[in-house]
Amino acid sequence: MLIPCPVCGPRDHEEFAYGGDATVARPTIAEQSATAWATFVYDRTNPKGAHQEHWHHVHGCRQWMVVSRDTETHAVTGARLIGAWAEPETEPGDD
Amino acid sequence: MAEYSIWSVLRHGLTGNKGWKPTWRKPDPKPSYDAIIVGGGGHGLATAFYLAKEHKIRNVAVLERGWLGQGNIGRNTTIVRSNYLLDENAQFYEWSLKLWEGLSHALNYNVMFSQRGVLNLANNPAQLDQFAERGNAMRLNGIDAELLMPDAIAKLCPGLDLSQNARFPVVGGLLQPRAGTARHDAVAWGFAHAADRLGVDIIENCEVVGFVKEGERITGVETTRGRIAAPKIGVAVAGMTSEVMRRAGITKLPIESHVLQAFVTEPLKPLINCVVTFGAGHMYVSQSDKGGLVFGGSLDGYNSYAQRGNLPIVHEVATELLACFPNAGKVRLLRSWGGIMDMSMDGSPIIAKGPLPGLYLNSGWCYGGFKATPGSGWCFAHTIAHDEPHALNAAFTLERFHEGRHIDEAGTGATPRLH
Amino acid sequence: MPGFRLPRGGSRIDRLRPLRFTFDGRGVDGLAGDTIASALIASGQTLVARSFKYHRPRGIYSAGAEEPNALVTLGADAATDPNVKATIVEASDGMAVHSQHAWPSLSTDLGAVNGLFAPFFAAGFYYKTFMGPGRRGWMRYEPTIRRAAGLGRASFEPDPDRYEMANAFCDVLVVGAGPAGLAAALTAGQAGAHVILCDEAPIFGGMADLEDRIGDQPAADWLFAMMSALNGMKNIEQRKRLSVYGYYDGNVLGAAERVAWDRADGRTRQRHWRIQARRVVLATGAIERPFVFPENDRPGVMLAHAALAYARRYGVSVGGDVVLFTSHDDGWRTAAALARAGVPIRAVVDPRSDAPAEVEAELLATGTKSFAGHVVTAVEGRRAIKAIAIAPFDAASGTVSDEGLRLDCDALLLAAGWTPTIHLASQAGGPPVHDEALDAFLPGEPREAWHAAGAMCGIADTKNAAANGAMVGAAAAEALGLKPPRNGARNSAKAGRSPKAMPDNRLPLIEIPATGKAFVDLQNDVTTSDVRLAQREGFQSVEHLKRYTTLGMAADQGKTANLNAISILAKERGVLAPAIGTTRYRPPYNSVSLGALVGRSRGAHMQPLRRTPLHDWHLKAGAEMINVGLWQRPRVYAREGETLEAAYVREARQVRAAIGITDVSTLGKIDVQGPDAATFLDRVYTNTFSTLPIGKARYGLMLRDDGFLFDDGTTWRLAESRYLMTTTTANAALVLQHLEMLLAIAWPELKVSVTSLTDQWAGAALAGPKSRDLLAKVLDIDVSDSALPFMGVKPGHVGAIPVLVARLSFSGELAYEIYSGADHTLALWERLVEAGGEFGMVPYGLEALGVLRLEKGHVVGSEITGRTTVHDLGLEKMFSKKKDFVGKPLALRPALTDPGRKQLVGVKSLDGKPVMAGAHLVTGADSKTPGPSEGHVTSMGYSPAMEGYIALALLKGGRQRHGEKLYAADPLRDGHGPVEIVAPHFFDPDGSRMHG
Repeated sequence: MLIPCPVCGPRDHEEFAYGGDATVARPTIAEQSATAWATFVYDRTNPKGAHQEHWHHVHGCRQWMVVSRDTETHAVTGARLIGAWAEPETEPGDD
Repeated sequence: MAEYSIWSVLRHGLTGNKGWKPTWRKPDPKPSYDAIIVGGGGHGLATAFYLAKEHKIRNVAVLERGWLGQGNIGRNTTIVRSNYLLDENAQFYEWSLKLWEGLSHALNYNVMFSQRGVLNLANNPAQLDQFAERGNAMRLNGIDAELLMPDAIAKLCPGLDLSQNARFPVVGGLLQPRAGTARHDAVAWGFAHAADRLGVDIIENCEVVGFVKEGERITGVETTRGRIAAPKIGVAVAGMTSEVMRRAGITKLPIESHVLQAFVTEPLKPLINCVVTFGAGHMYVSQSDKGGLVFGGSLDGYNSYAQRGNLPIVHEVATELLACFPNAGKVRLLRSWGGIMDMSMDGSPIIAKGPLPGLYLNSGWCYGGFKATPGSGWCFAHTIAHDEPHALNAAFTLERFHEGRHIDEAGTGATPRLH
Repeated sequence: MPGFRLPRGGSRIDRLRPLRFTFDGRGVDGLAGDTIASALIASGQTLVARSFKYHRPRGIYSAGAEEPNALVTLGADAATDPNVKATIVEASDGMAVHSQHAWPSLSTDLGAVNGLFAPFFAAGFYYKTFMGPGRRGWMRYEPTIRRAAGLGRASFEPDPDRYEMANAFCDVLVVGAGPAGLAAALTAGQAGAHVILCDEAPIFGGMADLEDRIGDQPAADWLFAMMSALNGMKNIEQRKRLSVYGYYDGNVLGAAERVAWDRADGRTRQRHWRIQARRVVLATGAIERPFVFPENDRPGVMLAHAALAYARRYGVSVGGDVVLFTSHDDGWRTAAALARAGVPIRAVVDPRSDAPAEVEAELLATGTKSFAGHVVTAVEGRRAIKAIAIAPFDAASGTVSDEGLRLDCDALLLAAGWTPTIHLASQAGGPPVHDEALDAFLPGEPREAWHAAGAMCGIADTKNAAANGAMVGAAAAEALGLKPPRNGARNSAKAGRSPKAMPDNRLPLIEIPATGKAFVDLQNDVTTSDVRLAQREGFQSVEHLKRYTTLGMAADQGKTANLNAISILAKERGVLAPAIGTTRYRPPYNSVSLGALVGRSRGAHMQPLRRTPLHDWHLKAGAEMINVGLWQRPRVYAREGETLEAAYVREARQVRAAIGITDVSTLGKIDVQGPDAATFLDRVYTNTFSTLPIGKARYGLMLRDDGFLFDDGTTWRLAESRYLMTTTTANAALVLQHLEMLLAIAWPELKVSVTSLTDQWAGAALAGPKSRDLLAKVLDIDVSDSALPFMGVKPGHVGAIPVLVARLSFSGELAYEIYSGADHTLALWERLVEAGGEFGMVPYGLEALGVLRLEKGHVVGSEITGRTTVHDLGLEKMFSKKKDFVGKPLALRPALTDPGRKQLVGVKSLDGKPVMAGAHLVTGADSKTPGPSEGHVTSMGYSPAMEGYIALALLKGGRQRHGEKLYAADPLRDGHGPVEIVAPHFFDPDGSRMHG
């Protein structure tokens, strides 16, 4: 799989670490509810098809990003940075 | 007289093998059953078999969306063991192992259960301490375990690299002699055969597309072959758990589906006598009766329903195999494939009543599904028949995650890809 | 007469360069350019192998990778290479080739007795028997069955050969250098694309050299012109002997290159390629289909185009009396081509009543007999064909007449059609599509960026295949935004619409209706009766057929078997082939050696090795090194004759008595900077860091989101907005990743940056009552208790080396950690060692470090297992109630704070024997009735301070059980001894020594 890293360009997924489901919203640090946290930590929709995922470019720019990827075809359709460097999503491929 | 025996093989052989009956019938679904098992894989078929055999519930249908055994039962590395640290797992898998020991006879089908031993190699002293902790836990749970030093390992495994030149020299190992391998497809066919002969309807090419609800209660399924009613419906669909449960309105579960690759080489004369696992990484290998080295390692590491993996893991697993067996450099990889693992959030399974009335869930098998097959079916059948879990699966609840009652062998927390 | 060398012909051999290799010890004369197979045929060796199940004699069946029969073993001892296809090995002088899977010899193989029991060895018979007697019944039979199974024998010695890995990137990868692939590469290349063109064969051209003409040109001229054009283009890389075996996600393809068959000259043997291509042209050709009829596996039966390849490429006739059996016009042309090459074609058998007149006339003129309207119904001869039986065939009714006749022959060539090689397309595409007119499966919808060309799309005619290749090459270039040459561009729109035609006028007949053992899968000995038995027993899905009969699962992956099995199964079930479908194709297309998949990552190079800057010093000092993750660290510095225990006890004792020095370079070090650094650390750790004064360090704990303990370490405040965090060696990378995750996902508003300094900084820990005296001697700063108090941090210099000193103690002694830039650490260390001499300083390793911390009850990885909580380890004082931090809400769940959980305790041996790590704590005094595990020993050692064996353990409800007497059960090592549960702080519990 090629991931279109917004910083480094298209790179093999081997350079990245998988960070899991990006559709689950992390509670704020002030959230005290164990249920809210448990839902975030344990419960997954686990879709077959389009998915939003966190990937970390550990052997590259070390940015965390949200990657749009299909769990059935493994087709990667985009990646966008999150955090301080967030910017609009880039399209994959140079075709 | 048993349907399958040396005598029937001889008798049919002399008459051109024309008289064999189908291994299981191909019935059309009836409008209703006492119980329906969704998923014609190892666990679903085993559940149906034990419902019929142990609980005399024989008006049962097993629904398989494609061909029987198309999922993980036919795409694993065939290892059977009960070498677990945590009591809940150890006791469950040991019961499963005991069922394995009598399985060919119970099914009248040779599943080729070969108790050749599973050897975990330790590659540093701290790991050997961990193995001792686990092996002692096994012994205290009544499970066989032996701690081996390199000289004993050398005798057991010719060809294994025990030299100090190895990047991670072997310092010892934990052996479970009663563990071993079985012929995976035969397990599916054997359970199907035996369940069928007890009256279970095994219905292939019958996909569950929806669930029938009366209020909150599940009372039947909508399938590609029509509506089928049953007061009790068990779901045992491994990597498809989230997708199937979504059709019952359950949108979130503590499960992620991940792809696990497995590999087999060209057939060779006997080379590796037991199952060997590598300690400084994650790789397990054995040699099939046909002669191929069957091996696997870690998940590819991302959510997947593709039954197809990628090159980094191929390289990683082959590297760890050659680290153990440097004599296998010229051995050629013949085939690789991928299975979709139902990875739970603590690495241990779920066998439970619910989450809706009338529904029962069997999932979260991670890497461990094959060896669990008879035990899982046995416990799930008990849970369905009695409407409550057996002591052996009482801890494998769906609620334990939110409660924090993890059964986490690897200690890696709620990160499914690391279990 | 068996096979022989023709007086002329042979495009690949050099008749002036003879060579000699051995086959089962017997010398075989060949010529440079021969394959093992061509030389064996030329030398008259018909029998070369035995089949898997029935040990039937087998000969050479093909001239390529589809070979099901002729598997041999190359070399001996460590160099043994089993299961090699004789048809692809290029022969070399002195090579030792062995037959395999036969005992005592290839010609007299006792395993053949299995054939007598064939009625009982039908598909799946082993599932029905070998079950008893007894519960371990199968294991009685298994050893015998395992010895009988398998094919070749691998060595038990390490493979001495060298493999390597390479990466390649290109615009267009063309897989297959037959006419279609060559044309595609040329067109794409002319458009300006960077092309890699590869083929598994040692020579490009595919089957072009087996054609007479391509279009209006002689085939040789066409090929020469094509190769000249390709050779002139620098942007087209040519790679021969390169087999693309797998098509992975993102247009990544795996390929294995044969560089040399043996390591005679020390070269790399095989090279693995990972090719990242923007577009791929698959031009993988087609494989000839055989007929299925009784005794169709006898040595001498082979594919017709293979015979032509042996004649034209190697100047070898596959027999002295050759019969060709075909069902289409092209088969006759092959017969004529063989006859022209000098191969004695005695007869052509064709189930159709009309033979193509022109070519039939040509053959009749040379004395070949024509048996149109006939089929082959049987083969005579065991180790070689002696004769065949043929009989009239009625195509309309599909029946064979009883009135047959016998033809003497020693080779029978089969031409029943073609199987497109769609494996790679299937790996990276939708289900293959059945084409009824072609009676074959064609590539499905692409899932990756590939185009298919040539024979794999069902285009049998070479000229059309080449034209199609050119169009497809242009289409691939256009897809990249390149402009193909005008002739190509004009046609590119038509790509994929070119005529699909299998051999002219083919009769789709595969199985000959005749009685006898007819093989579908030759290597695995799967017969037509097996296919029917599987059908009868309900194994109707093609995947079930494969698994039940093992059809297509042999080392040739059923390349000549699968399509025929589908035809037979379809006919049996009375459905069309599409209803059966194909099995899913999976990598690898051709089997690939594990050595190639591993490359150089073997032996000591299996994984990188991380050394601290002090590594060589440790070795010189006699340290025994130990792996800790990828790092190597000193375990003990044992002196002559000292045991491991004696060494660490001496080292630990010296630390408590005077001073010791140890290498702590491997600890994770993370620079945390920014105006929000303090807030950030407060959220990351369970305890508070914002209140930490500048110039002080604090021990911290961090949790995972699920509330379990993740890591621990000290973090030092260097400035208002700058901290240096240390982590455990094992978790250094994971902690950094965790911090980066939190900053990106959880709190992007925090202005903090984190940077790993693990490799940039290295250092030493000095521990013992004399450590301050030593530092005072070497450091340029005041290190008195008031100037550098407990947990104080200060920069300074040792000589010219800038250092950072922190007064931290893991051992419970007065102790310091002193870090410098990694390049200076050896000099720093040597200076400390030199200065330490007068204080009696010793270096100490991990074992002494372990026992010193054990005496103090400090936890490490053995206790922070990922299953333990802050409460379990008795560290709840560090669990802040005043602030929010990662993992807090879930850590407070009742299940995580339950006092019945396993809690950290100390363990004292009561019988003077070691309490082994990994032992369990039980109540039973008798080792035979230990009772259930109440807990387990996490780490142990001989404590010089306590003068006895001590240990830490995790014990259910342990904090309430101090003083209790239990037993340490260690059944694995036959240990069972009384212990006392105590507090985990054994030595100097109030910490007066380190505060002093």
